[in-house]
Amino acid sequence: MNHAMPTNDQAALKAEARSLSFFYGEVQALKNINMPIHDKKVTALIGPSGCGKSTYLRSFNRMHDLYPGNRYEGEIRFFPDNTNLLSPDVDPIEVRMRIGMVFQKPNPFPKSIYENVAYGLRVRGERNRRVLDDKVEQALRDAAIWNEVKDRLQDLAPNLSGGQQQRLCIARALATDPELLLFDEPTSALDPIATGAIEELVHELKKRVTILIVTHNMQQAARVSDYTAYMYLGEMIEFGKTDEIFIKPNDKRTEDYITGRMG
Amino acid sequence: MNAPNSEQIRALIARGKLKDTAFQAIGICCLALGLLVIFLLVGDMLLRGLSRLNLDFFTQFASRRAGQAGILAAWVGSLLVMLVTAFAAVPLGVAAGIYLEEYARRNWVTDIIEINITNLAAVPSIVYGLLALGIFVYAFGFGQSILSAGLTLALLILPIVIVATREAIRAIPAMIREGSMAVGATRWQTCRYHIVPYAMPGILTGVIIGLARAIGETAPIITIGALTFIAFLPPLPFAATGAEGATAGLFDWVMSPFTVMPIQIFNWTSRPDPAFEVNAAAAGFVLMGMVLAMNGLAIWLRYRMRKNIKW
Repeated sequence: MNHAMPTNDQAALKAEARSLSFFYGEVQALKNINMPIHDKKVTALIGPSGCGKSTYLRSFNRMHDLYPGNRYEGEIRFFPDNTNLLSPDVDPIEVRMRIGMVFQKPNPFPKSIYENVAYGLRVRGERNRRVLDDKVEQALRDAAIWNEVKDRLQDLAPNLSGGQQQRLCIARALATDPELLLFDEPTSALDPIATGAIEELVHELKKRVTILIVTHNMQQAARVSDYTAYMYLGEMIEFGKTDEIFIKPNDKRTEDYITGRMG
Repeated sequence: MNAPNSEQIRALIARGKLKDTAFQAIGICCLALGLLVIFLLVGDMLLRGLSRLNLDFFTQFASRRAGQAGILAAWVGSLLVMLVTAFAAVPLGVAAGIYLEEYARRNWVTDIIEINITNLAAVPSIVYGLLALGIFVYAFGFGQSILSAGLTLALLILPIVIVATREAIRAIPAMIREGSMAVGATRWQTCRYHIVPYAMPGILTGVIIGLARAIGETAPIITIGALTFIAFLPPLPFAATGAEGATAGLFDWVMSPFTVMPIQIFNWTSRPDPAFEVNAAAAGFVLMGMVLAMNGLAIWLRYRMRKNIKW
Protein backbone atom coordinates (compact mmCIF):
# COMPACT_ATOMS: atom_id res chain seq x y z
CA MET A 1 0.00 0.00 0.00
CA ASN A 2 1.41 3.29 -0.95
CA HIS A 3 -1.00 5.70 0.65
CA ALA A 4 0.68 8.94 1.50
CA MET A 5 -0.88 8.90 4.93
CA PRO A 6 -1.05 12.39 6.36
CA THR A 7 0.57 13.02 9.66
CA ASN A 8 -2.22 15.18 11.11
CA ASP A 9 -3.61 14.10 14.44
CA GLN A 10 -7.19 12.87 14.71
CA ALA A 11 -8.48 16.18 16.04
CA ALA A 12 -8.32 17.49 12.50
CA LEU A 13 -10.24 14.55 11.05
CA LYS A 14 -13.95 14.54 10.36
CA ALA A 15 -14.11 10.93 9.31
CA GLU A 16 -11.91 8.01 8.49
CA ALA A 17 -12.52 4.90 6.43
CA ARG A 18 -10.85 1.86 7.95
CA SER A 19 -10.50 -1.35 5.93
CA LEU A 20 -13.73 -0.50 4.16
CA SER A 21 -15.03 -3.06 1.67
CA PHE A 22 -18.41 -3.06 0.00
CA PHE A 23 -20.37 -5.76 -1.82
CA TYR A 24 -23.29 -5.57 -4.24
CA GLY A 25 -24.48 -9.12 -3.62
CA GLU A 26 -21.45 -11.22 -4.56
CA VAL A 27 -19.67 -8.43 -6.43
CA GLN A 28 -17.04 -6.61 -4.44
CA ALA A 29 -17.14 -2.94 -5.40
CA LEU A 30 -14.79 -1.51 -2.77
CA LYS A 31 -11.61 -3.21 -1.60
CA ASN A 32 -10.12 -2.48 1.78
CA ILE A 33 -10.19 1.30 1.63
CA ASN A 34 -8.36 3.33 4.25
CA MET A 35 -8.69 7.06 3.99
CA PRO A 36 -8.98 10.12 6.23
CA ILE A 37 -11.46 12.94 5.62
CA HIS A 38 -10.03 16.18 6.98
CA ASP A 39 -12.30 18.50 8.92
CA LYS A 40 -13.47 21.65 7.06
CA LYS A 41 -11.55 20.65 3.95
CA VAL A 42 -12.62 19.57 0.51
CA THR A 43 -11.64 16.04 -0.42
CA ALA A 44 -12.05 15.01 -4.06
CA LEU A 45 -12.53 11.44 -5.27
CA ILE A 46 -11.32 10.89 -8.81
CA GLY A 47 -10.98 7.85 -11.02
CA PRO A 48 -12.35 6.29 -14.18
CA SER A 49 -16.02 5.32 -14.51
CA GLY A 50 -16.89 2.26 -12.46
CA CYS A 51 -13.93 2.65 -10.11
CA GLY A 52 -16.23 2.75 -7.08
CA LYS A 53 -15.96 6.43 -6.16
CA SER A 54 -19.74 6.94 -6.07
CA THR A 55 -20.17 3.64 -4.23
CA TYR A 56 -17.65 4.84 -1.68
CA LEU A 57 -19.36 8.23 -1.34
CA ARG A 58 -22.77 6.64 -0.86
CA SER A 59 -21.40 4.46 1.95
CA PHE A 60 -20.98 7.56 4.10
CA ASN A 61 -24.72 8.24 4.36
CA ARG A 62 -25.72 4.58 4.09
CA MET A 63 -27.62 5.09 0.83
CA HIS A 64 -26.83 1.47 0.01
CA ASP A 65 -29.13 0.44 2.85
CA LEU A 66 -32.09 1.48 0.70
CA TYR A 67 -31.54 -1.49 -1.58
CA PRO A 68 -31.42 -5.16 -0.64
CA GLY A 69 -28.36 -7.37 -1.02
CA ASN A 70 -25.73 -4.74 -0.17
CA ARG A 71 -23.11 -5.37 2.48
CA TYR A 72 -20.38 -3.33 4.13
CA GLU A 73 -17.24 -4.56 5.83
CA GLY A 74 -14.88 -2.44 7.89
CA GLU A 75 -15.68 0.92 9.38
CA ILE A 76 -16.16 4.56 8.68
CA ARG A 77 -15.37 6.42 11.88
CA PHE A 78 -17.08 9.75 12.29
CA PHE A 79 -15.57 12.37 14.59
CA PRO A 80 -15.61 13.98 17.12
CA ASP A 81 -17.83 11.28 18.65
CA ASN A 82 -15.98 8.37 17.01
CA THR A 83 -19.20 6.73 15.78
CA ASN A 84 -18.86 3.89 13.30
CA LEU A 85 -21.27 5.02 10.57
CA LEU A 86 -21.52 1.49 9.18
CA SER A 87 -22.30 -0.23 12.46
CA PRO A 88 -25.58 -2.17 12.35
CA ASP A 89 -26.41 -0.51 15.67
CA VAL A 90 -26.33 2.93 14.09
CA ASP A 91 -29.59 3.90 12.43
CA PRO A 92 -28.98 5.06 8.84
CA ILE A 93 -31.52 7.83 9.43
CA GLU A 94 -29.34 9.20 12.24
CA VAL A 95 -26.37 9.10 9.85
CA ARG A 96 -28.30 10.96 7.14
CA MET A 97 -29.41 13.59 9.63
CA ARG A 98 -25.75 14.44 10.21
CA ILE A 99 -24.48 14.00 6.64
CA GLY A 100 -26.05 15.84 3.71
CA MET A 101 -25.90 14.81 0.09
CA VAL A 102 -26.12 16.49 -3.30
CA PHE A 103 -26.76 14.22 -6.25
CA GLN A 104 -25.40 13.92 -9.76
CA LYS A 105 -28.58 15.14 -11.41
CA PRO A 106 -30.41 17.95 -9.63
CA ASN A 107 -33.36 16.29 -7.89
CA PRO A 108 -35.62 18.98 -6.48
CA PHE A 109 -39.01 17.72 -5.29
CA PRO A 110 -41.98 18.78 -7.42
CA LYS A 111 -42.97 21.24 -4.70
CA SER A 112 -42.33 24.92 -4.10
CA ILE A 113 -38.81 26.31 -3.69
CA TYR A 114 -39.65 27.02 -0.06
CA GLU A 115 -40.92 23.51 0.67
CA ASN A 116 -37.83 21.96 -0.92
CA VAL A 117 -35.54 23.76 1.50
CA ALA A 118 -37.87 23.41 4.49
CA TYR A 119 -38.26 19.67 3.97
CA GLY A 120 -35.30 18.60 6.08
CA LEU A 121 -36.57 20.77 8.92
CA ARG A 122 -40.11 19.44 8.63
CA VAL A 123 -38.75 15.90 8.77
CA ARG A 124 -37.10 16.89 12.04
CA GLY A 125 -40.46 18.05 13.38
CA GLU A 126 -39.93 21.82 13.06
CA ARG A 127 -43.35 23.50 12.97
CA ASN A 128 -42.56 27.08 13.97
CA ARG A 129 -43.19 29.26 10.94
CA ARG A 130 -40.65 31.91 11.92
CA VAL A 131 -37.88 29.37 12.50
CA LEU A 132 -38.67 27.75 9.15
CA ASP A 133 -38.65 31.09 7.34
CA ASP A 134 -35.32 32.08 8.87
CA LYS A 135 -33.62 28.79 8.19
CA VAL A 136 -34.92 28.60 4.62
CA GLU A 137 -33.62 32.09 3.92
CA GLN A 138 -30.26 31.36 5.51
CA ALA A 139 -29.84 28.13 3.57
CA LEU A 140 -30.75 29.83 0.29
CA ARG A 141 -28.25 32.60 1.05
CA ASP A 142 -25.56 30.07 1.89
CA ALA A 143 -26.26 28.30 -1.39
CA ALA A 144 -25.91 31.62 -3.24
CA ILE A 145 -29.38 31.43 -4.77
CA TRP A 146 -31.38 33.70 -2.44
CA ASN A 147 -31.27 36.75 -4.70
CA GLU A 148 -32.56 34.75 -7.64
CA VAL A 149 -35.52 33.18 -5.85
CA LYS A 150 -36.45 35.46 -2.93
CA ASP A 151 -39.43 36.92 -4.82
CA ARG A 152 -40.83 33.57 -5.91
CA LEU A 153 -40.37 31.16 -3.04
CA GLN A 154 -43.76 29.58 -3.78
CA ASP A 155 -42.88 28.79 -7.42
CA LEU A 156 -42.35 25.17 -8.34
CA ALA A 157 -38.72 24.15 -7.97
CA PRO A 158 -38.55 22.06 -11.18
CA ASN A 159 -39.21 25.27 -13.15
CA LEU A 160 -35.78 26.61 -12.16
CA SER A 161 -32.80 26.21 -14.49
CA GLY A 162 -30.52 23.21 -13.99
CA GLY A 163 -27.85 25.24 -12.21
CA GLN A 164 -30.40 26.88 -9.95
CA GLN A 165 -31.96 23.50 -9.19
CA GLN A 166 -28.58 22.16 -8.12
CA ARG A 167 -27.93 25.14 -5.85
CA LEU A 168 -31.44 24.65 -4.44
CA CYS A 169 -30.52 21.04 -3.68
CA ILE A 170 -27.41 22.33 -1.92
CA ALA A 171 -29.63 24.69 0.08
CA ARG A 172 -31.87 21.76 0.95
CA ALA A 173 -28.86 19.89 2.31
CA LEU A 174 -27.51 22.96 4.14
CA ALA A 175 -30.78 23.82 5.85
CA THR A 176 -30.25 21.10 8.45
CA ASP A 177 -26.65 22.06 9.24
CA PRO A 178 -24.88 18.89 8.15
CA GLU A 179 -21.41 18.13 9.50
CA LEU A 180 -20.31 16.51 6.27
CA LEU A 181 -21.62 17.24 2.80
CA LEU A 182 -21.37 14.62 0.05
CA PHE A 183 -21.34 15.75 -3.57
CA ASP A 184 -21.80 13.06 -6.22
CA GLU A 185 -20.55 14.61 -9.47
CA PRO A 186 -22.70 17.66 -8.79
CA THR A 187 -21.86 19.47 -12.02
CA SER A 188 -21.97 16.65 -14.55
CA ALA A 189 -25.42 17.75 -15.78
CA LEU A 190 -24.60 21.47 -15.80
CA ASP A 191 -23.14 23.94 -18.29
CA PRO A 192 -19.74 25.61 -17.62
CA ILE A 193 -21.22 28.78 -16.09
CA ALA A 194 -23.46 26.87 -13.67
CA THR A 195 -20.51 24.60 -12.93
CA GLY A 196 -18.39 27.63 -12.05
CA ALA A 197 -21.08 28.84 -9.65
CA ILE A 198 -21.20 25.46 -7.88
CA GLU A 199 -17.40 25.29 -7.61
CA GLU A 200 -17.28 28.75 -6.09
CA LEU A 201 -19.95 27.68 -3.65
CA VAL A 202 -18.00 24.58 -2.63
CA HIS A 203 -15.04 26.83 -1.96
CA GLU A 204 -17.18 29.09 0.26
CA LEU A 205 -18.85 26.23 2.10
CA LYS A 206 -15.69 24.55 3.33
CA LYS A 207 -15.35 27.29 5.92
CA ARG A 208 -18.19 25.68 7.85
CA VAL A 209 -18.66 22.14 6.59
CA THR A 210 -16.47 19.24 5.56
CA ILE A 211 -16.92 18.29 1.92
CA LEU A 212 -16.38 15.05 0.06
CA ILE A 213 -16.85 15.41 -3.67
CA VAL A 214 -16.83 12.85 -6.47
CA THR A 215 -15.85 14.28 -9.81
CA HIS A 216 -14.89 12.88 -13.20
CA ASN A 217 -13.38 16.22 -14.07
CA MET A 218 -9.75 16.44 -12.96
CA GLN A 219 -9.54 20.18 -13.46
CA GLN A 220 -12.45 20.47 -11.08
CA ALA A 221 -10.71 18.32 -8.51
CA ALA A 222 -7.60 20.46 -8.86
CA ARG A 223 -9.62 23.68 -8.56
CA VAL A 224 -11.82 22.91 -5.58
CA SER A 225 -10.14 20.33 -3.40
CA ASP A 226 -7.52 20.34 -0.68
CA TYR A 227 -7.06 16.58 -0.75
CA THR A 228 -7.51 14.15 -3.60
CA ALA A 229 -7.95 10.41 -3.67
CA TYR A 230 -7.44 8.42 -6.83
CA MET A 231 -9.50 5.24 -7.03
CA TYR A 232 -9.22 2.44 -9.52
CA LEU A 233 -11.20 -0.82 -9.71
CA GLY A 234 -12.54 -0.42 -6.21
CA GLU A 235 -9.19 0.31 -4.65
CA MET A 236 -7.77 3.47 -3.19
CA ILE A 237 -4.60 3.86 -5.24
CA GLU A 238 -3.36 7.11 -3.86
CA PHE A 239 -4.41 9.77 -1.39
CA GLY A 240 -2.72 13.05 -0.63
CA LYS A 241 -2.76 16.79 -0.79
CA THR A 242 -4.22 17.86 -4.10
CA ASP A 243 -1.13 19.86 -5.05
CA GLU A 244 1.11 16.87 -4.50
CA ILE A 245 -1.14 14.37 -6.26
CA PHE A 246 -1.40 16.52 -9.33
CA ILE A 247 2.22 17.66 -9.46
CA LYS A 248 4.09 14.54 -8.54
CA PRO A 249 1.90 11.47 -8.00
CA ASN A 250 3.63 8.54 -6.37
CA ASP A 251 1.80 5.85 -8.24
CA LYS A 252 2.27 5.22 -11.94
CA ARG A 253 -1.48 4.53 -12.34
CA THR A 254 -2.40 7.88 -10.80
CA GLU A 255 0.04 9.62 -13.07
CA ASP A 256 -1.35 7.86 -16.15
CA TYR A 257 -4.89 8.88 -15.24
CA ILE A 258 -4.05 12.47 -14.40
CA THR A 259 -2.01 12.99 -17.54
CA GLY A 260 -4.82 11.54 -19.63
CA ARG A 261 -3.07 8.35 -20.68
CA MET A 262 -5.87 6.32 -19.15
CA GLY A 263 -9.51 6.71 -18.22
CA MET B 1 -18.19 -3.05 -54.93
CA ASN B 2 -19.81 0.04 -56.35
CA ALA B 3 -21.69 2.50 -54.17
CA PRO B 4 -25.36 2.55 -55.22
CA ASN B 5 -26.12 5.53 -57.41
CA SER B 6 -28.85 8.01 -56.56
CA GLU B 7 -31.38 6.26 -58.84
CA GLN B 8 -31.00 3.05 -56.88
CA ILE B 9 -31.24 4.83 -53.57
CA ARG B 10 -34.47 6.51 -54.64
CA ALA B 11 -35.96 3.22 -55.80
CA LEU B 12 -35.03 1.69 -52.46
CA ILE B 13 -36.70 4.51 -50.54
CA ALA B 14 -39.81 4.35 -52.74
CA ARG B 15 -40.18 0.65 -51.98
CA GLY B 16 -39.74 1.28 -48.28
CA LYS B 17 -42.26 4.09 -48.31
CA LEU B 18 -44.82 1.92 -50.07
CA LYS B 19 -44.89 -0.27 -46.97
CA ASP B 20 -45.26 2.82 -44.79
CA THR B 21 -48.32 3.85 -46.76
CA ALA B 22 -49.74 0.34 -46.77
CA PHE B 23 -49.44 0.02 -43.03
CA GLN B 24 -50.96 3.43 -42.47
CA ALA B 25 -53.96 2.42 -44.55
CA ILE B 26 -54.40 -0.84 -42.63
CA GLY B 27 -54.02 0.96 -39.31
CA ILE B 28 -56.64 3.55 -40.17
CA CYS B 29 -59.05 0.79 -41.28
CA CYS B 30 -58.63 -1.10 -38.00
CA LEU B 31 -59.16 2.04 -36.00
CA ALA B 32 -62.20 3.04 -38.05
CA LEU B 33 -63.72 -0.42 -37.65
CA GLY B 34 -63.36 -0.30 -33.88
CA LEU B 35 -64.79 3.18 -33.61
CA LEU B 36 -67.59 2.35 -36.03
CA VAL B 37 -68.79 -0.56 -33.90
CA ILE B 38 -68.87 1.59 -30.79
CA PHE B 39 -70.67 4.43 -32.54
CA LEU B 40 -73.21 2.02 -34.02
CA LEU B 41 -73.89 0.47 -30.63
CA VAL B 42 -74.25 3.76 -28.80
CA GLY B 43 -76.12 5.38 -31.68
CA ASP B 44 -78.53 2.45 -31.95
CA MET B 45 -79.22 2.58 -28.22
CA LEU B 46 -79.73 6.30 -28.38
CA LEU B 47 -82.12 6.12 -31.34
CA ARG B 48 -84.17 3.34 -29.85
CA GLY B 49 -84.26 4.84 -26.38
CA LEU B 50 -84.59 8.47 -27.36
CA SER B 51 -88.34 8.60 -26.84
CA ARG B 52 -87.87 7.70 -23.14
CA LEU B 53 -84.94 10.00 -22.40
CA ASN B 54 -86.63 12.77 -20.47
CA LEU B 55 -86.60 14.00 -16.91
CA ASP B 56 -89.42 11.67 -15.85
CA PHE B 57 -87.29 8.70 -16.81
CA PHE B 58 -84.76 9.72 -14.16
CA THR B 59 -87.28 10.58 -11.45
CA GLN B 60 -89.63 7.60 -11.60
CA PHE B 61 -89.45 4.18 -10.10
CA ALA B 62 -89.89 0.97 -12.01
CA SER B 63 -93.44 0.24 -13.12
CA ARG B 64 -95.41 -2.55 -14.73
CA ARG B 65 -96.30 -0.14 -17.51
CA ALA B 66 -93.28 0.51 -19.71
CA GLY B 67 -94.32 4.07 -20.47
CA GLN B 68 -94.25 5.05 -16.80
CA ALA B 69 -91.19 3.10 -15.70
CA GLY B 70 -88.08 5.05 -14.75
CA ILE B 71 -84.58 4.44 -13.45
CA LEU B 72 -84.65 6.44 -10.22
CA ALA B 73 -83.98 3.49 -7.93
CA ALA B 74 -81.34 2.15 -10.32
CA TRP B 75 -79.17 5.20 -10.74
CA VAL B 76 -79.38 6.13 -7.07
CA GLY B 77 -78.53 2.53 -6.21
CA SER B 78 -75.58 2.51 -8.60
CA LEU B 79 -74.18 5.74 -7.18
CA LEU B 80 -74.54 4.58 -3.57
CA VAL B 81 -72.96 1.21 -4.31
CA MET B 82 -70.07 3.01 -6.04
CA LEU B 83 -69.67 5.20 -2.95
CA VAL B 84 -69.31 2.15 -0.70
CA THR B 85 -67.00 0.49 -3.23
CA ALA B 86 -64.73 3.51 -3.41
CA PHE B 87 -64.59 3.93 0.36
CA ALA B 88 -63.66 0.28 0.80
CA ALA B 89 -61.33 -0.28 -2.16
CA VAL B 90 -59.30 2.92 -2.14
CA PRO B 91 -57.76 2.78 1.35
CA LEU B 92 -57.19 -0.98 1.14
CA GLY B 93 -55.76 -0.94 -2.36
CA VAL B 94 -53.60 2.14 -1.94
CA ALA B 95 -52.19 0.95 1.38
CA ALA B 96 -51.46 -2.50 -0.05
CA GLY B 97 -49.80 -0.98 -3.11
CA ILE B 98 -47.64 1.34 -1.02
CA TYR B 99 -46.62 -1.50 1.26
CA LEU B 100 -45.64 -3.75 -1.63
CA GLU B 101 -43.62 -1.04 -3.38
CA GLU B 102 -42.04 0.83 -0.50
CA TYR B 103 -41.82 -1.54 2.42
CA ALA B 104 -41.95 -5.20 1.43
CA ARG B 105 -38.64 -6.92 0.84
CA ARG B 106 -38.29 -8.62 -2.52
CA ASN B 107 -38.36 -12.34 -1.89
CA TRP B 108 -40.37 -15.37 -2.92
CA VAL B 109 -43.30 -14.42 -0.68
CA THR B 110 -43.76 -11.05 -2.35
CA ASP B 111 -43.27 -12.72 -5.75
CA ILE B 112 -46.16 -15.07 -5.00
CA ILE B 113 -48.31 -12.22 -3.74
CA GLU B 114 -47.53 -10.24 -6.86
CA ILE B 115 -48.51 -13.09 -9.18
CA ASN B 116 -51.71 -13.67 -7.24
CA ILE B 117 -52.77 -10.04 -7.39
CA THR B 118 -52.50 -10.23 -11.15
CA ASN B 119 -54.49 -13.46 -11.05
CA LEU B 120 -57.15 -11.89 -8.86
CA ALA B 121 -57.78 -9.29 -11.55
CA ALA B 122 -58.65 -12.14 -13.89
CA VAL B 123 -61.07 -13.97 -11.57
CA PRO B 124 -64.54 -14.01 -13.17
CA SER B 125 -66.83 -11.58 -11.41
CA ILE B 126 -69.46 -14.26 -10.73
CA VAL B 127 -66.93 -15.96 -8.46
CA TYR B 128 -66.70 -12.81 -6.39
CA GLY B 129 -70.48 -12.85 -6.28
CA LEU B 130 -70.49 -16.39 -4.84
CA LEU B 131 -67.81 -15.47 -2.32
CA ALA B 132 -69.72 -12.39 -1.26
CA LEU B 133 -72.97 -14.32 -0.94
CA GLY B 134 -71.31 -16.63 1.54
CA ILE B 135 -69.30 -14.05 3.43
CA PHE B 136 -70.99 -10.66 3.35
CA VAL B 137 -74.61 -11.67 2.93
CA TYR B 138 -74.75 -14.66 5.28
CA ALA B 139 -71.63 -14.95 7.46
CA PHE B 140 -71.41 -11.22 8.26
CA GLY B 141 -75.16 -10.83 8.10
CA PHE B 142 -75.11 -7.74 5.89
CA GLY B 143 -78.00 -9.18 3.88
CA GLN B 144 -78.91 -8.19 0.37
CA SER B 145 -77.87 -4.63 0.97
CA ILE B 146 -75.96 -1.76 -0.61
CA LEU B 147 -73.16 -2.57 1.82
CA SER B 148 -72.85 -6.15 0.57
CA ALA B 149 -72.88 -5.02 -3.05
CA GLY B 150 -70.36 -2.23 -2.46
CA LEU B 151 -67.96 -4.54 -0.65
CA THR B 152 -68.31 -7.20 -3.35
CA LEU B 153 -67.44 -4.73 -6.08
CA ALA B 154 -64.63 -3.39 -3.90
CA LEU B 155 -63.10 -6.89 -3.88
CA LEU B 156 -63.52 -6.98 -7.62
CA ILE B 157 -61.64 -3.75 -8.27
CA LEU B 158 -59.10 -4.13 -5.46
CA PRO B 159 -56.50 -5.70 -7.78
CA ILE B 160 -57.01 -2.86 -10.26
CA VAL B 161 -56.41 -0.27 -7.53
CA ILE B 162 -53.36 -2.10 -6.19
CA VAL B 163 -51.80 -2.47 -9.64
CA ALA B 164 -52.54 1.18 -10.51
CA THR B 165 -51.01 2.32 -7.22
CA ARG B 166 -47.89 0.27 -7.76
CA GLU B 167 -47.45 1.48 -11.31
CA ALA B 168 -47.93 5.08 -10.27
CA ILE B 169 -45.33 4.63 -7.52
CA ARG B 170 -42.89 2.96 -9.88
CA ALA B 171 -43.10 5.93 -12.23
CA ILE B 172 -41.57 8.13 -9.50
CA PRO B 173 -37.83 8.36 -10.17
CA ALA B 174 -35.54 6.72 -7.61
CA MET B 175 -33.67 10.01 -7.23
CA ILE B 176 -36.73 11.64 -5.66
CA ARG B 177 -36.92 8.89 -3.05
CA GLU B 178 -33.16 9.10 -2.47
CA GLY B 179 -33.37 12.88 -2.19
CA SER B 180 -35.94 12.51 0.55
CA MET B 181 -34.13 9.76 2.42
CA ALA B 182 -30.82 11.67 2.15
CA VAL B 183 -32.06 14.49 4.39
CA GLY B 184 -32.92 11.93 7.06
CA ALA B 185 -36.56 11.15 6.33
CA THR B 186 -38.10 7.87 7.40
CA ARG B 187 -39.87 5.71 4.86
CA TRP B 188 -43.21 6.86 6.17
CA GLN B 189 -42.23 10.52 5.83
CA THR B 190 -41.05 9.82 2.30
CA CYS B 191 -44.37 8.14 1.49
CA ARG B 192 -46.47 10.83 3.08
CA TYR B 193 -44.68 13.87 1.65
CA HIS B 194 -43.62 12.48 -1.72
CA ILE B 195 -44.69 9.03 -2.84
CA VAL B 196 -48.42 9.35 -2.18
CA PRO B 197 -48.86 12.91 -3.51
CA TYR B 198 -46.84 12.25 -6.65
CA ALA B 199 -48.55 8.92 -7.29
CA MET B 200 -52.02 10.37 -6.67
CA PRO B 201 -52.87 11.20 -10.31
CA GLY B 202 -52.11 7.63 -11.35
CA ILE B 203 -53.90 6.18 -8.33
CA LEU B 204 -57.03 8.25 -8.96
CA THR B 205 -57.05 7.26 -12.59
CA GLY B 206 -56.84 3.60 -11.61
CA VAL B 207 -59.59 4.01 -9.03
CA ILE B 208 -61.96 5.65 -11.48
CA ILE B 209 -61.21 3.10 -14.21
CA GLY B 210 -61.93 0.42 -11.61
CA LEU B 211 -65.19 2.08 -10.57
CA ALA B 212 -66.19 2.43 -14.22
CA ARG B 213 -65.77 -1.30 -14.53
CA ALA B 214 -67.67 -1.96 -11.31
CA ILE B 215 -70.65 0.19 -12.25
CA GLY B 216 -71.36 -2.07 -15.22
CA GLU B 217 -71.03 -5.33 -13.29
CA THR B 218 -74.22 -7.40 -13.18
CA ALA B 219 -73.38 -10.98 -12.32
CA PRO B 220 -72.01 -10.57 -8.77
CA ILE B 221 -74.79 -8.16 -7.85
CA ILE B 222 -77.44 -10.60 -9.02
CA THR B 223 -75.68 -13.37 -7.14
CA ILE B 224 -75.87 -11.57 -3.83
CA GLY B 225 -79.55 -10.98 -4.53
CA ALA B 226 -80.19 -7.40 -5.52
CA LEU B 227 -83.87 -6.77 -6.21
CA THR B 228 -84.98 -6.37 -9.77
CA PHE B 229 -88.12 -4.44 -8.98
CA ILE B 230 -87.91 -1.76 -6.37
CA ALA B 231 -90.10 1.24 -5.72
CA PHE B 232 -88.41 3.10 -2.90
CA LEU B 233 -85.07 4.82 -2.22
CA PRO B 234 -82.68 3.97 0.60
CA PRO B 235 -83.44 6.13 3.66
CA LEU B 236 -81.72 9.51 3.66
CA PRO B 237 -79.76 10.22 6.84
CA PHE B 238 -82.12 11.72 9.47
CA ALA B 239 -85.16 11.40 7.19
CA ALA B 240 -88.44 10.57 8.91
CA THR B 241 -89.29 6.89 8.81
CA GLY B 242 -92.77 5.42 8.93
CA ALA B 243 -92.69 5.02 12.69
CA GLU B 244 -93.88 7.82 14.92
CA GLY B 245 -91.12 10.39 15.55
CA ALA B 246 -88.36 8.05 14.39
CA THR B 247 -85.64 9.17 11.97
CA ALA B 248 -83.16 7.20 9.94
CA GLY B 249 -79.57 6.97 11.17
CA LEU B 250 -76.63 8.41 9.28
CA PHE B 251 -75.72 5.07 7.76
CA ASP B 252 -79.07 3.30 7.57
CA TRP B 253 -78.93 3.53 3.79
CA VAL B 254 -76.07 1.06 3.55
CA MET B 255 -78.30 -1.73 4.84
CA SER B 256 -81.14 -0.92 2.44
CA PRO B 257 -82.25 -3.21 -0.39
CA PHE B 258 -81.42 -1.73 -3.75
CA THR B 259 -81.11 -2.21 -7.46
CA VAL B 260 -78.48 -0.96 -9.89
CA MET B 261 -78.46 0.15 -13.53
CA PRO B 262 -77.29 -3.07 -15.18
CA ILE B 263 -79.84 -5.11 -13.26
CA GLN B 264 -82.61 -2.73 -14.27
CA ILE B 265 -81.53 -3.06 -17.89
CA PHE B 266 -81.30 -6.84 -17.64
CA ASN B 267 -84.74 -6.96 -16.08
CA TRP B 268 -86.31 -4.89 -18.83
CA THR B 269 -84.72 -6.86 -21.68
CA SER B 270 -86.11 -10.10 -20.25
CA ARG B 271 -89.73 -8.92 -20.30
CA PRO B 272 -92.10 -10.03 -23.07
CA ASP B 273 -93.52 -6.55 -23.73
CA PRO B 274 -91.32 -4.97 -26.45
CA ALA B 275 -92.03 -1.51 -25.03
CA PHE B 276 -89.62 -2.37 -22.21
CA GLU B 277 -86.84 -2.78 -24.75
CA VAL B 278 -87.08 0.95 -25.38
CA ASN B 279 -86.58 1.51 -21.68
CA ALA B 280 -83.61 -0.85 -21.70
CA ALA B 281 -82.01 1.01 -24.59
CA ALA B 282 -82.52 4.35 -22.88
CA ALA B 283 -81.11 3.05 -19.59
CA GLY B 284 -78.19 1.49 -21.47
CA PHE B 285 -77.45 4.85 -22.97
CA VAL B 286 -77.53 6.48 -19.54
CA LEU B 287 -75.18 3.82 -18.16
CA MET B 288 -72.79 4.43 -21.06
CA GLY B 289 -72.96 8.12 -20.24
CA MET B 290 -72.09 7.42 -16.60
CA VAL B 291 -69.09 5.33 -17.58
CA LEU B 292 -67.87 7.91 -20.10
CA ALA B 293 -68.34 10.69 -17.56
CA MET B 294 -66.22 8.75 -15.06
CA ASN B 295 -63.49 8.16 -17.60
CA GLY B 296 -63.64 11.81 -18.57
CA LEU B 297 -63.27 12.76 -14.92
CA ALA B 298 -60.24 10.48 -14.67
CA ILE B 299 -58.58 12.14 -17.66
CA TRP B 300 -59.34 15.62 -16.38
CA LEU B 301 -58.08 14.89 -12.86
CA ARG B 302 -54.91 13.34 -14.20
CA TYR B 303 -54.26 16.33 -16.41
CA ARG B 304 -54.93 18.80 -13.58
CA MET B 305 -52.77 17.04 -11.04
CA ARG B 306 -49.89 16.15 -13.34
CA LYS B 307 -49.43 19.76 -14.38
CA ASN B 308 -47.55 20.48 -11.17
CA ILE B 309 -45.59 17.26 -10.98
CA LYS B 310 -42.49 16.97 -13.06
CA TRP B 311 -38.92 15.97 -12.49
